[in-house]
Amino acid sequence: MATTSIEKEDAIHPGKPVVVSRYNLGARVNHWITAISLILLALSGLAFFHPSLFFLTGLFGGGQEARAFHPWIGVLLFFSFAGLFIRFWRANLPEKSDREWLAHANDAIAGNEEKLPEAGRYNPIQKFNFWVMSLLIIALIVTGIAIWDQYFFDWTTIPQKRVAVLLHSLAAVALICIWIVHVYAVIWARGTLRAMTRGSVTGGWAWRHHRRWLKELAEHHRFKKPATPAE
Amino acid sequence: MEPSPRTATSNPPVAASATAANLGERDLVRRSASTIPPPARQLEPVAKLIDVSKCIGCKACQSACVEWNDTKPGLETNTGIYENPHDLTPDMFTLMRFTEWENPQSGNLEWLIRKDGCMHCEDPGCLKACPAPGAIVQYSNGIVDFIHENCIGCGYCIKGCPFNIPRISKVDHTAYKCTLCSDRVAVGQGPACAKACPTHAISFGTKEDMKTLADSRIEDLKSRGYENAGLYDPPGVGGTHVMYVLHHNDQPEIYSGLPKDPKVSPVVNAWKGMAKYVGFAAMGLAAAAGMLHSAFTGPNRVTREDEEKAEDLVKEKT
Ligand code: HEM
Ligand code: SF4
Repeated sequence: MATTSIEKEDAIHPGKPVVVSRYNLGARVNHWITAISLILLALSGLAFFHPSLFFLTGLFGGGQEARAFHPWIGVLLFFSFAGLFIRFWRANLPEKSDREWLAHANDAIAGNEEKLPEAGRYNPIQKFNFWVMSLLIIALIVTGIAIWDQYFFDWTTIPQKRVAVLLHSLAAVALICIWIVHVYAVIWARGTLRAMTRGSVTGGWAWRHHRRWLKELAEHHRFKKPATPAE
Repeated sequence: MEPSPRTATSNPPVAASATAANLGERDLVRRSASTIPPPARQLEPVAKLIDVSKCIGCKACQSACVEWNDTKPGLETNTGIYENPHDLTPDMFTLMRFTEWENPQSGNLEWLIRKDGCMHCEDPGCLKACPAPGAIVQYSNGIVDFIHENCIGCGYCIKGCPFNIPRISKVDHTAYKCTLCSDRVAVGQGPACAKACPTHAISFGTKEDMKTLADSRIEDLKSRGYENAGLYDPPGVGGTHVMYVLHHNDQPEIYSGLPKDPKVSPVVNAWKGMAKYVGFAAMGLAAAAGMLHSAFTGPNRVTREDEEKAEDLVKEKT
């Protein structure tokens, strides 16, 4: 169902330019807690990953501290991401039109969005990132607990720990790659970052990147007072 | 080669043999998470030889170890077995393990007693796994030692070790294991356990001397019907600096699970090798892909036209 793509907080504020609310304060705070914990986890984790990066433990006050904090930040990330997951999983469900969109993925990458079917709240690449991130974070918490020897040593055998630490490092690398793609995409598609800072985007942004979402919002008369003329 | 102590059965008096203290930075052949220059000199490889056939299970070695290292293994409850404590702990670096084994050939019940502890592998898995620079070192005489001030307590050494030896202290969160009494060996003394053993089941000296001693013991055991007697010096880890004389060297597993062919796990090798290359390559590619994309396509900007279209749509619907 197409309407699944609309979230409660979404609303159009008519005006010049049109402004569209996309993320309420809760979603944004939730997002930034997740983002900060992910960065801290990547920095502390990479310090153990390779000797050339061990100096990164200095950011946490030393090796012992980085070792002790990392898994706790992981727990924070897990719950924080779970919050995002509960908020956004519906809007990220695959739909029929995604197949056709993906058939034109090269146009998406080249920025020729006119050639693509209109995207809902999220386009298929964003959905892919969402689900892969979800799976990787589950993999990281499971393997992370398996190697969290301070509290869970007896939960796994040593051969299991060896597999867990290998998978943990590979999942972390994959997550960092997905994160790079995510951050790059936000910077590339100008006007996206404000969705997570101010919580809204311009009508033109919605028209260009998520036209079906914008149309659905209009269709459902999700209008609110004009946004306070910010600029 | 710099001479090492030759204390095959007992220890020399301190003063008579006191060599200049060695086992410093310049004697390191390996240092965890670091590349180091080759050592300034080569010390003669040393070894501890544990003759299982001579051990009476008195645990004098355990007591000596506790005394020398000033550890305080907690009191445990008696569960009807001889092991005490029930496993190696951060405060118990060596442990007598007891097995009652029925020899299928002779029908005899054999009481197998093995002194468990760090084997001081020539190719140490703990050191390979350790992410903290200088937390594990190997000296040119073969001793593998943990340097506590550099240890971060991650437990990677436990994953690297093929013998299940290191233990992390709940008190200071660093890893502990037998040091082969590196602090004693550094001044020409043998390990405390070897000194305490009343039956000379534990000997210490150069690895060469220990192999010769083992040969004579094996010959004796063979002459007494233990045809599979042999030296346990497993090649899978490059040989060890703690070796056993076993009466049943064909089946080391019967001695409380002594591994037959210990090696650093292939999973650990993949984690410490391939995974690092794959990891850096993948992260580098992701970053490079972003830079190339931005160079070729430039930013994706919302146009004036897009804004107008949105305004028209909104007008139409309101
Ligand atoms: C989700 C919960 C997580 C838990 C419970 C967890 C736990 C752990 C633990 C226990 C270690 C061993 C070092 C230590 O004891 O601190 C570790 C290592 C590591 N972690 Fe995590 N972690 C989690 C999430 C993450 C995330 C999200 C990343 C990356 C973005 C990450 C990256 C790494 C890396 C790169 C290593 C080093 C692996 C290696 O040495 O090869 N972790 N983690
Ligand atoms: S716990 Fe083991 S692997 Fe980790 S830093 Fe200490 S010695 Fe190295």
